[in-house]
Amino acid sequence: MSNEETEKGHHRIDYPAFEETPKYKELRKRQRGFVIPVLIAAMAWYFLYVALAVFASSWMATPVIGVINIGLIFGLLQFVSTFGITMWYVSFANKRLDPLATELRHELEAKQKAGVA
Amino acid sequence: MSNALVLAADTANAGASDPVLNMSIFGAFVIVTMIIVIRAGRNNKSANDFYAGGRSFSGTQNGMAIAGDYLSAASFLGITGAIALAGYDGFLYSIGFLVAWLVALLLVAELMRNTGKFTMADVLSFRLHQRPVRLAAAISTLVVCFFYLLAQMAGAGGLVSLLLGINDQVGQSLVVGVVGILMVIYVLVGGMKGTTWVQIIKAGLLIAGAAIMTVWVLALNGFDLSALLSKGVEVSQALEAPFDPLQPGLKYGKNPIDFISLSMALVLGTAGLPHVLMRFYTVPTAKEARKSVVWAIWLIGAFYLFTLVLGFGAMTLVGPAVIAAAPGAANSAAPLLAAALGGPVLLGIVSAIAFATILAVVAGLTITAATSFAHDIYANVIKRGEVRPNAEVKIARITIVVIGALAILGGIGVQGQNIAFLVALAFAVAASANLPTIIYSLYWRRFNTRGALWSMYGGLISSVVLIAFSPVVSGKVDPKTMELTASMIKGVDFHWFPLDNPGIVSIPLAFLLGILGTYSGGKKENSWIAAEMEVRSLTGHGAEKEVHH
Repeated sequence: MSNEETEKGHHRIDYPAFEETPKYKELRKRQRGFVIPVLIAAMAWYFLYVALAVFASSWMATPVIGVINIGLIFGLLQFVSTFGITMWYVSFANKRLDPLATELRHELEAKQKAGVA
Repeated sequence: MSNALVLAADTANAGASDPVLNMSIFGAFVIVTMIIVIRAGRNNKSANDFYAGGRSFSGTQNGMAIAGDYLSAASFLGITGAIALAGYDGFLYSIGFLVAWLVALLLVAELMRNTGKFTMADVLSFRLHQRPVRLAAAISTLVVCFFYLLAQMAGAGGLVSLLLGINDQVGQSLVVGVVGILMVIYVLVGGMKGTTWVQIIKAGLLIAGAAIMTVWVLALNGFDLSALLSKGVEVSQALEAPFDPLQPGLKYGKNPIDFISLSMALVLGTAGLPHVLMRFYTVPTAKEARKSVVWAIWLIGAFYLFTLVLGFGAMTLVGPAVIAAAPGAANSAAPLLAAALGGPVLLGIVSAIAFATILAVVAGLTITAATSFAHDIYANVIKRGEVRPNAEVKIARITIVVIGALAILGGIGVQGQNIAFLVALAFAVAASANLPTIIYSLYWRRFNTRGALWSMYGGLISSVVLIAFSPVVSGKVDPKTMELTASMIKGVDFHWFPLDNPGIVSIPLAFLLGILGTYSGGKKENSWIAAEMEVRSLTGHGAEKEVHH
């Protein structure tokens, strides 16, 4: 997508004004409000695990059930948290992002049609 | 290693391995995929078809293709081997490759799909100064693809001696040449559509193969994971150099900062790998792009759980001493386990899967590099966007042949070299040169052209320079012989950077340079286009449409 192409195609829509509409602001707030904190938490949780594995390896080797030790449980929990966050985000996006984004996209398409006509 | 062990490894390998059988199974894979690729290539007329497979793949198909693209031979053979030889630390390493997908899922996939056309550079140059930003993004794309490709081709040579029993230079070079030529045919004929199908089929075979072996190993242990793990502990305690395979730190504990540096590159690099990003353009909508990542996360996660069982399976059924002494060392763990479980037939299947893996990964890298060269450098930087799409695709096709030739020559040139670090380096470059600019472009309005250029070139140059002066290139001492032979360049020592992995320095540096460049007085960008980019990224308005035939 080159800038020239953009100027030809889409400048009939006033994007800066569209950004100020409450519905768009709400969509932006929901998306940013979910992905940024969740990602920061996931990264912190991962690097905590890495740090424990390399700096506290003998503590991580403490057995819990049979030979299963703290380190293995922590490692498997990384899988659980990754799968869990994935499912959480999908359900959030389906319910809270997609309907609003679709509605706004239809508005924009209608605007563009009107502009062309 | 004692002679008796080498002998044992040789018999374990040669006794079970049947090169003719291995080649026949791989040949069958090539024939089946070739037919599919030729069929897929029939409709490859437009740039949309050739670069993005007509954007007509479903999220599920693309998720499988992503897994096929991402699970390289290094994952399959390398991680299984690392677990078999070092226990916990191999597992620790695999987790970074999985968690990394959260960055792609949450921050990047959908917004990239909504704002780009064919390449990473499309998104980065959307609202910034076109030519310089596109050129920088294309250069970093080519560098990442080149390192990754070279590592894969070197792996192909290693596999040949391991699986086909071909140990002489000429024979190995011949097989590398065949792999390179097959790859060029797939990509030329099939374009992105053909490449995607090869990756889907390969992912299916790889995951099914790993699943069967996992169930097999578990069945031998009464489906009791802790019984398998205890056996692993017993086996490794009885070794000449005993270790506890369930305690972290055996492999990475000596230099914890280095491992943290590596983890940063893995976790932040995935969402900046150009060949992964390009896959998001093969689906019709952002929602399908999300679905692709979700599928990829499930498949890749399941696969790494399998490797934990396979690694301990190889440890208990083959033994760390035999694996370490076999040709290919750690990389032979999975094939030796297959031979121990199912004899020559299973070994043949696993060998064929390993070759298919290399083929699919190099095909994905080649189409990404060729697209970036033709679409970014040729059409938009050199010709300033004034090209007919057909001419652009023609340039892409020529580039594919050139890359294929380079890959073959490079693959032959690096035979027997210690270049396993190249994959980690590709991740480090992706995390340093690409990811900061991707995030800033999508999430930071004030970000400008100067910030992008500082961040991309700063990240690229710092990660490559730090590696050049690190112990992986020169100055590492072999602990047994006390000679300078453990690095890529032997016998000299010009290293001054203490770590094997540059990420811990180059990634924060690139993020910082993006901020410094932006505030150092570069001119403000067109706020109208910035608003357009953000609205489009979130709503999907004006996103590239699927092609119907």
